[in-house]
Amino acid sequence: MLSLSKHGGRGRGLMAYALAYLAFLYIPVLLLPLFSLNDSLFIAFPLKGFTTRWYEALAEDEDMRAALMNTLKVGASASLVSTLLGLLAAKALTKAPLPGRGLILGFANLSLFIPEIVIGIALLILVTTVGIPLSLFSIAIGHVLICIPFAVLVLMSRFEGFDANLEEASRDLGENAWMTFWRVTFPLVLPGIVASLMLTFIVSFDDFMIAFFLSGTDTTLPVYIFGELRFPYKLPNVLALGTSILIGSAALIAVAEWVRRLGPAGGSANRPIGV
Amino acid sequence: MAAPSDFLRIENISKSFGDTIAVDGVTLGIARGEFFSLLGPSGCGKTTLLRMIGGFAYPDSGGISLDGEDITALAPNKRATNMVFQSYAIFPHLNVRDNIAFGLRSEGLEADEREERVARALAMIRLDGYGERRAHELSGGERQRVALARALVKRPKVLLLDEPLGALDKRLREAMQIELRQLQREVGITFLFVTHDQEEALAMSDRVAVMEKGRVLQVADPKTLYEQPLSRAVAEFIGTMNLFEGRMIDAAGGIASVETALGRNRAPLRAGGKFCAGARVWLAIRPEKLLLSRDAPGFQSVPGRVVASAYLGDRSQFQVAIGGLDRPLIVSAPNTSGMARFEMGDDVHVSWMIDGPVLLEQ
Repeated sequence: MLSLSKHGGRGRGLMAYALAYLAFLYIPVLLLPLFSLNDSLFIAFPLKGFTTRWYEALAEDEDMRAALMNTLKVGASASLVSTLLGLLAAKALTKAPLPGRGLILGFANLSLFIPEIVIGIALLILVTTVGIPLSLFSIAIGHVLICIPFAVLVLMSRFEGFDANLEEASRDLGENAWMTFWRVTFPLVLPGIVASLMLTFIVSFDDFMIAFFLSGTDTTLPVYIFGELRFPYKLPNVLALGTSILIGSAALIAVAEWVRRLGPAGGSANRPIGV
Repeated sequence: MAAPSDFLRIENISKSFGDTIAVDGVTLGIARGEFFSLLGPSGCGKTTLLRMIGGFAYPDSGGISLDGEDITALAPNKRATNMVFQSYAIFPHLNVRDNIAFGLRSEGLEADEREERVARALAMIRLDGYGERRAHELSGGERQRVALARALVKRPKVLLLDEPLGALDKRLREAMQIELRQLQREVGITFLFVTHDQEEALAMSDRVAVMEKGRVLQVADPKTLYEQPLSRAVAEFIGTMNLFEGRMIDAAGGIASVETALGRNRAPLRAGGKFCAGARVWLAIRPEKLLLSRDAPGFQSVPGRVVASAYLGDRSQFQVAIGGLDRPLIVSAPNTSGMARFEMGDDVHVSWMIDGPVLLEQ
């Protein structure tokens, strides 16, 4: 009886810890939707009243919508290009004997370990030296660079634990290399490709530093929001935007998880993606 | 017209990986419709040889021809061979039906014909009704059969099997051995079977090639391989063998006299084996060719003492220490009723018939 109650006490302690942990993680995030629906310019308690006018203002804010569109364009291009490059790299890196594998992997993932401000400055110098105008295009180039390690790591985890005999079996059964890719390799790594597209899209969407250095007149959402923070009356719009993005990403993650579970069981499909 | 055993011809094939020689000058001829096994310990080059025949590796030198066509440099999808992989390599994103039909798409068959062939294949492996299942819903034995069916619907000239029974438990493996052999007789396709399990190779094959360190030591039918091994390596790899080093003394009427630690023994000369006085030879004798008795029989016997015995059900195996021998003789005796029984510590005589031992020159 004594040991039981002791055990129960420890259980309650752990539960309290877990709740505190969750509160720490999510309360700041939940403040965003809360104040976005508050009928006041100022972010302060007590709440004044319920309103959707910030969302209405957001819908009419041409500049903000333009910035959102820019972000989506850059994100889509960067995620597609980096996933394609990552796919090729991951395939090569997981195929048995590749001379200099460690070195190549190291270089492919180098941008993970270089501070983004360094990459930003370096790219700015490069882009202006080469003569590429600062534009959405230059931002996309920078984003491909920082997205590649994520694509490579996600796709490598998918290719590892991939039975090399499966591709050989396809060749053996009469398919050439190209058809083998379409009929065997692609469907088996598809969940990895989807995961990579989403992850790299989010990396691009989220990026402030590279975009800040490489943007010209057109800019992406994070840079735009940073600019808007100078104007206090725009703040509720930013909150409404943040809430919309939050809902959008939650939906995206739900879809991603659903796709991941569609993958064939038994292989690496049900393994969490290791980054 | 090629000789019957030249349906699949492997001509002086060599293959190295870095400094390691995997296959070293192998020449083999395999007949149409034959069940042929490559037997050897892991790392002996048997799988590399099989993969070169399947087109997954290319030899450094030598050539492979199948039914008169040189296939040495052909891609796997261009050769009339199909493989059953050790891992089975069932496509996890496809169900059983689509796995079996996978190779038919590239053949440009009508849909009806495709379906009919798949249905027949499912019946052949007795998995009708399993068409919609995925790989992970199948047991090991079922996967093995799906891999077999997937390869056989292609109607290959040679089916390559890379240790297909290795992952199955003993009982299932023995059942599959019989099933596989029956299937091979029914379809009449040449099977090239790779295994490290000598019992499996002996039980299933028409002929077996014993490999070691990239070389073929002997090619023979199972009975010859067991009873007439050509070398100590083959004799020791297959079954249990008692070996004595000795020297040839003389020969007459096909019978040689050999001086060994057991004294002077007589053994039949191998057909085609040549006598050479004073030559170093080995006398090899199987445990079941040795007889135990309490009293000395008249012919070719040595006294000894039973130092270990193991009861194996249908037979018992004894270790008999012989004066002057550093290793005990291994003797196997059937536990037939009415036979004398022996126990540890018994003084016995070990004797053998003249056709018991085999003379080995290497």
